[in-house]
Amino acid sequence: MSVRVYDLAHARAGDKGNTSNISVICYDAKHWDFLERELTPERVAEAFKHVAKGPVRRYPLRNLKAFNFVIENALGGGVTISLAQDIHGKSLSNVMLAIALPDPEARK
Amino acid sequence: MKSRDRLRIGAGAGTSDDRMVPALELAERGDIDYLVFECLAERTVSRENLARSKDAELGYSPSLHARLRMVLPTCIAKGIRIVSNMGAANPLGGARAARKEAADLGLGDVPVAVVLGDDVSSIVRHRPELKLIENGEPLESILAKMISANAYLGADVVGEALNTGAPIVLSGRVADPSLFLAPMLHEFGWSYDDLPKIAQGTAAGHLLECTASVTGGCFGWPSKKEVPDLARNGYPFADVKADGSIVIGKTPDTGGRLDVMTCTEQLIYEIHDPTAYITPDCALDITGIVLTQDSADRVRVEGARAQSRTETYKVNVGYADGYIGEGEVSYAGIDAVARAKWAAEIVKERLKLQGFVYDDFRVDLIGMSSLHDQVEIRPEPYEVRLRLAGRTRDRKAAHAIGFEVRAMHMHGPGGAGGACEPRVRDVLAVKSVLLPRNLVNSQVLVEGTL
Repeated sequence: MSVRVYDLAHARAGDKGNTSNISVICYDAKHWDFLERELTPERVAEAFKHVAKGPVRRYPLRNLKAFNFVIENALGGGVTISLAQDIHGKSLSNVMLAIALPDPEARK
Repeated sequence: MKSRDRLRIGAGAGTSDDRMVPALELAERGDIDYLVFECLAERTVSRENLARSKDAELGYSPSLHARLRMVLPTCIAKGIRIVSNMGAANPLGGARAARKEAADLGLGDVPVAVVLGDDVSSIVRHRPELKLIENGEPLESILAKMISANAYLGADVVGEALNTGAPIVLSGRVADPSLFLAPMLHEFGWSYDDLPKIAQGTAAGHLLECTASVTGGCFGWPSKKEVPDLARNGYPFADVKADGSIVIGKTPDTGGRLDVMTCTEQLIYEIHDPTAYITPDCALDITGIVLTQDSADRVRVEGARAQSRTETYKVNVGYADGYIGEGEVSYAGIDAVARAKWAAEIVKERLKLQGFVYDDFRVDLIGMSSLHDQVEIRPEPYEVRLRLAGRTRDRKAAHAIGFEVRAMHMHGPGGAGGACEPRVRDVLAVKSVLLPRNLVNSQVLVEGTL
């Protein structure tokens, strides 16, 4: 059994140069500790390895029941020169939401 | 200082292509004192610099005409002051265009205060040793190709422009949140030493700078995050008091939603290190912020903190960096993906046979792997659109991509349809440097008679 980030949180992606900035915001504050334990920078880097070289940094925002992930080298060299269709990487929040976390208890 | 102890600042645009009607609704029904149009993306100023080099009167945001034509009659009648960076690469030209729009609308002689000094190209040209933030190389490496260099100015000089009393303030490059902080400095006389207030005002500016992003835009998800009446979503405003208290609201009788969830997404948006979101006005720390729902469509913002502004301005340097060429064609039905992949190989081979080289090249199967890659693990769709794109110094090589993709109609695998015309665009790349504040000479001029 696993739970997706999607089940517990919402997310939005933004950009700055060649860096993607993706928020993860709990629907319910009670899931924040679980995500802090399981949604590690290492796990996020693994999920993004096909689109981003990294590194990945995670900033906790407990007051906002959220995290901010900053993923370097993620946007095809940068918004202004990228060949990608989604040059800003706005769709990358959906890579984050699809990450499966190994804990069936999380939703309780 | 001013006697006013509260003001309402509305967000009228969050990008040069933002929707216009919600700005008019905000002016008409939002009971606002200021309407801010933020219209400059990272490379917009470079693009407008090129426009100006072809016609000295151009170089401001082309959307200035339509936006002002729509809102000026209401704003002038109600005394709503307009603040905008639509001056882009030519704020003085923008001011003249704005004044002409006002005159054509029968509004008479409307003075425009112009913020100058963000264009630092002549300053950085003499400082080739400045280090590019992105790769650590000297500015010299791109200086020969430089099109523009603009410092992100802060709220102080925009506030000075408001002090002139002009109904419209136009600037070039100013940091997005600073455009919103400026009316607070002007009305309340806040000092940069009063960091809690500067922090609150900057947080409010950050929440407003993407307009509909706090009112349900870029948010909704079927059956998971419902947004009522999204087609009629309204634009937001901030109610700001002199003590720094902030409540975000939106135009009455519009669609969308404004709540803690939408505001949290925007608050964290593109902020990187949340303890130090650096603007020209401060280094904002959002980690102590608490958002609470005051009433329907009203969210209170408390607890923003900040460190003092840095000693440098961030400068965006725009430069020409070749061309991007692209082409697209579609395949459907049996073996659609196999035919698309084959077509991609044929196009690549034909480009190579002609001796074209590319700094970067990319094949997308739209419908499978154009956004998140990993074509090898994606399920095959019924139909797929093939896209090839490449970046190169050679305009002919760029054009050849779309040309050869279009030729898949007659010279590729069977059943290709709907190729687009070959597309080529100039690459306007942007890198940045930090420039000491004392080298930047920001100033205010007024076009027209106050």
